[in-house]
Amino acid sequence: MRQTLIIAGKELRDGMRNRWVLATTVLLAALALTLAFLGAAPTGSVKVSALAVTIVSLSSLSIFLVPLIALLLSYDAIVGEVDRGTMALLLAYPVARWQVVLGKFAGHLGILGFATVIGYGIAGVALQLAGNEDPLAWVAFGAMIASSVLLGGVFISIGYLVSVLVRDRGTAGGIAIGVWLLFVLLYDMALLGVLVADQGRVVTAPVLNVLLLLNPADVYRLLNLTGTTAISGFAGVNGLGTTTGLGASTLICLLAAWMVVPLAASIALFARRQV
Amino acid sequence: MTTDIVVMRGVTRRYGRLEAVSELDLTLRAGECIGLVGHNGAGKSTLIKMMLGLVRPSVGSVLVLGEDPAAGAAARVRRELGYLPENVALHPSMTGTETLAFYARLKRQPVEANAALLERVGIAAAARRRVGTYSKGMRQRLGLAQALLGNPRALLLDEPTSGLDPALRHSFYEIIGDLRRNGAMVLLSSHALAELEGQVDRVVVMNQGRKVADGSIADLRRLASVRPKVRLRLPRAPRAVANGADCWAGWTQGAGGVMEFACDEDALSETLRGLPAAARDIEIVRPSLDDLYAAFQKGAA
Repeated sequence: MRQTLIIAGKELRDGMRNRWVLATTVLLAALALTLAFLGAAPTGSVKVSALAVTIVSLSSLSIFLVPLIALLLSYDAIVGEVDRGTMALLLAYPVARWQVVLGKFAGHLGILGFATVIGYGIAGVALQLAGNEDPLAWVAFGAMIASSVLLGGVFISIGYLVSVLVRDRGTAGGIAIGVWLLFVLLYDMALLGVLVADQGRVVTAPVLNVLLLLNPADVYRLLNLTGTTAISGFAGVNGLGTTTGLGASTLICLLAAWMVVPLAASIALFARRQV
Repeated sequence: MTTDIVVMRGVTRRYGRLEAVSELDLTLRAGECIGLVGHNGAGKSTLIKMMLGLVRPSVGSVLVLGEDPAAGAAARVRRELGYLPENVALHPSMTGTETLAFYARLKRQPVEANAALLERVGIAAAARRRVGTYSKGMRQRLGLAQALLGNPRALLLDEPTSGLDPALRHSFYEIIGDLRRNGAMVLLSSHALAELEGQVDRVVVMNQGRKVADGSIADLRRLASVRPKVRLRLPRAPRAVANGADCWAGWTQGAGGVMEFACDEDALSETLRGLPAAARDIEIVRPSLDDLYAAFQKGAA
C-alpha cells in the first residue's frame, strides 16, 4: 500500500510539473464555462434550470474529451518507462509490479479527477453565482462530475492495457488514438447504421441494450442523459432511458467493471512482461 | 549469516533462439569486488538483471542472499541491493533531491540521510536543479547515490564508469573501495579489462553468454599463457655483438636495432643473464590487460 502511494504521489507531482494538470484543468474549465453561459442562454423562456441544461451539454462534451485526455495520460505509462530505462531501475527496488501499475493508475486518476472536479466545478459555481439555484440540479451535476471521473478511469485502464501490450511508444500512441475513435465515434455511427439498415428485425431493443453496454462511452451517456427525466427530455433520449430498464447503480457497476477488468489484465500482463 | 551473496547454478537464459547466458555457474561472496568483463552483448547485463530478479533464468537457479530474487519474498532481498543500470535513466523533471527522496522512500530509508549521500557523490551543489539539466557525469553520480541508499550488502553496477572523465572515475572507485571495506559485495561490469586493474579482487570474463575465465588478474595472466617479452636495443648488428649463431635464436628483430624475445616467466632470469654487455634499454614487457582480454576472447571464440 505504502509503495503504491509513493508511486502515485510521484505521478501526481510529475503531472503538476509538466503542466498536464494545469492544461487539462484550464481546458475543461474554459469549455465548461462557455457551455454553461452560451448553452444555457435559451433556458430563460422554457423555465428550466440552467444547470440541468449545462449537464446535458457538458456530458456530451465529456464523452469526447475525457477519454482523449485519459488515453493521452496513460498510453505512455508503462511502455514509455520501459523504453527510457527508468522501469528497470524502479523494479530493482522493493516494489511489486502490481504496485507500480496500481500506483500509476491512482496518480493518473488523481490528475484527471482534479482537472474534472475543478474545471467543471468552476462552471457550476459560476452558474450558482449568476443566480441559478436548484439544489436538485446540483446533485445531478455532482453525479455528472463523478461519472466523468469514472469514465476517465475506464480509459486510463484501457490505455494501460495498450501500454503493456505493445513494444514501442509510437505504436502505443497510435493504438490509443484508434481506441478513442472506435469507442467515441465509430461505434455509435456503426450502431446507428446497423439500426437503420436492419429496421428492427435482428437488432431488437434487448440486443440494442447489450450493444450499448459494450461501449463504456455509451454506458456513460445512458447514465447521465437518462439520469433524471428533466434531463432526458432535453437530451432527446426520452425513450431510451426507460426502455433499457437499467438503473443508475447497474450502469455505475458496468462502468466500474470497464475500469477494473482492463486494469487487472494490465497487471497480469505486466507481471510477465520482459523489461 | 552466509557470506555467499550471489549463487548461480547452471544458469541459461534464452531470448527466442538467442542464448544470452549459457550454463553459467557463479558465486559472489561478501567483501569481494568483482569485475564482470565482456564485449557488448556478451550477457553481462542479462546476468545482472537475473541477480535483480528482473529476468528469470530459462534453466538453472539464482539465489541472492539466500532467496530467489524473482519470487514473492524478493522485496526483502531488494532492500539489501543497490543497482546502477547501464546508461542510468532518471526522471528529467525531478530535481536531484526529489529523485533521491523518491527512491529512499521506496527503499524505506530515512530521507534525512540523503543530503549526506549527495555530498558524498559530489553533487550537493546541484541537488536542487532538475535532473534534465545534468551532465552525463552528474547523472551517473546521482545514479550511484541511489544505488548506495541504505548501505546495501550487494552493489550491482552495470558499466558504471563508461563515459566518465578520469577524475570522476577515480572518485567513483574511491567510494566503491569504502563500500568493500565495509563488507559489501561489489560487482562492476565493464567492456575493458584494463580499466579494472587495481580495482577488483576477481575478474569474470564473459564471451557470448559463457564464462570463459574467473580469477584474479594474476590468475588470468597465468591461464591465458600470454608470455612476457624481453626487449632491448643493440648498437650494432646482432651477429657483431654476440658470437655464435644460436645466441639470437627465437629473437625477432625490429626497427632501430630493437630485439624482442618472448619467453616463459620461469626462463626470464636465465634469458637476462645470457644477454651481452652491449645490450641497451633492456625492459621486460608484460602483456597488458587488453592483450590478456584479447587472448581470452580469441580462446573462447
